[in-house]
Amino acid sequence: MNGVEDITIIGVGQTAIEREKPADTFADMAYEAVTKALDDAGMSIDDIDNIVTTSNDFWDGRTISSMAVNDAVGAGLGKNITTVEGDGTFSAFYGMCRILSGSYKNSLIVTHVKGSISDNIHITNGIFDPIYMRPIGLDSLNTAALQMRRYMAKYGISEEQCAKVSVKNHANALKNPYAQIKKTFTLEDVMDSRLIADPLKLLDCSPISDGAAAVIISGEESAKKHKNAVKVRGVGYCADAYFLGDRDLADANALDMAASRAYESAEIVDPLSEIDVAEVYDAFSYMELMWYEGLGFCAPGGGGKLIDRGVTEMDGKLPVNPSGGLLSGHPVITGGLIRLIEACLQVRGDAGDHQVKGVKTALAHGVNGACGQSHCVWIVGR
Amino acid sequence: MTNQGVDLLTINSGEAEQPFCYTVGLEGSKFLTEIRDNKRFVGIKCPKCGKVYVPPRKVCGPCFTEMTEWVPVKDEGYLHSYTILRFAFLDPETGKEKPVPYGYAFIRLDGADTDFQHYVEIKDEKKVKIGARVRAVFEEKRAGKITDVKHFVVID
Ligand SMILES: [Zn+2]
Repeated sequence: MNGVEDITIIGVGQTAIEREKPADTFADMAYEAVTKALDDAGMSIDDIDNIVTTSNDFWDGRTISSMAVNDAVGAGLGKNITTVEGDGTFSAFYGMCRILSGSYKNSLIVTHVKGSISDNIHITNGIFDPIYMRPIGLDSLNTAALQMRRYMAKYGISEEQCAKVSVKNHANALKNPYAQIKKTFTLEDVMDSRLIADPLKLLDCSPISDGAAAVIISGEESAKKHKNAVKVRGVGYCADAYFLGDRDLADANALDMAASRAYESAEIVDPLSEIDVAEVYDAFSYMELMWYEGLGFCAPGGGGKLIDRGVTEMDGKLPVNPSGGLLSGHPVITGGLIRLIEACLQVRGDAGDHQVKGVKTALAHGVNGACGQSHCVWIVGR
Repeated sequence: MTNQGVDLLTINSGEAEQPFCYTVGLEGSKFLTEIRDNKRFVGIKCPKCGKVYVPPRKVCGPCFTEMTEWVPVKDEGYLHSYTILRFAFLDPETGKEKPVPYGYAFIRLDGADTDFQHYVEIKDEKKVKIGARVRAVFEEKRAGKITDVKHFVVID
């Protein structure tokens, strides 16, 4: 075992993303994703030697929430199961590292969330410092609005340019059977949608969702010849300061560093030319533009022009979020792992109606923390 | 709602509370008592990179260095970013809906190198813009909490 060149992703599974899943407990959703991933890989649970789960105690309404899905994810009695905080891309990172350690062969990564059963404003207020930030009511929406204004002011990005992301991703979602919102929106629809916290409007924001996802990562030599084999070419992880006021929120510095590490490993010099498709964490429309910059698709401040030129449209040079992204369905925690699943399906040619032609190299991106505090970037390919 | 002829049930978590008594720490306690007793802001300076942090804390993250040098910071500064809330949310302090609209801002206080987050008064929305000069307004009765600062007002 040497490095990421020996790591292969051989199974993926996701539930439909829905506003609520009243018939499914957390465990039911996780079980559905796991059985789909095992079927996809042609494996049984006996072939899995370790499991990494990710969920969030506030959203689940219980402590050590990840351990409550023990049975549903196939840990049973005697399997090593552990937990990673944050987003599914980070648990996949750890699952890969466990294989690279030489102790395990096949890691099962499982994430779940039910946004439908509680109040997201209170939960995201809970991200923040209880002394200085929580008492004044900061949450994921109003801090995003502060970041959006900061980004627009620093680089002259317009509200229309941000809105174009929402139009593009909602159009793409029409062809994704797992997407929650399948509706066409025009630029006017987005611009005229209800003002939440200006400049943030309703259709700049991702919805509340339920969903689960699972991925099987293998270090077996035989996995390289698996029918689904998707090679991991590079992974990078990086975090920035916790206090929002310590960062200039207009810049995605941590993403820049995470992407650089992934690109170095994948030997990518010009990401815009060398990557065929990208799935990025578009929790809000403006974020996708910021992530273009952090991922080096353009220079800092160039995100608005990139979308104006249609570069990231389905028929552009580098389609971004052909699945419809999080703007059309956002199960938090699971969001990044779905990006990785979509990237793998694109490489395999299994993305169905939203398949991009001739994908050799795909990028997946996950985020954890307010205003993009930490980022995980995956480069996968044939 | 039913599924396959079964009534789908939910269980409410009820009224139980889990109160916490958060430790503010040495640096935070000095910061909040200066506001409470003297209506003054203080920051803390990194001996290595020279950055002045508001609110103060023990460690400069990028330098991983302990900070002990207190520096005065003005109760005036400028808006680095802002948003005006148009949609009523439950106030986490009171559990009640906060009347909209109201403003949030990142404020760069004179003498600080970080942004401080607080409310900004939006009586005259046209004056609320990036770069606008603002001043803190303090509550009459102060309790050693961040809400001892009532809000910031634009003074341009
Ligand atoms: Zn320093």
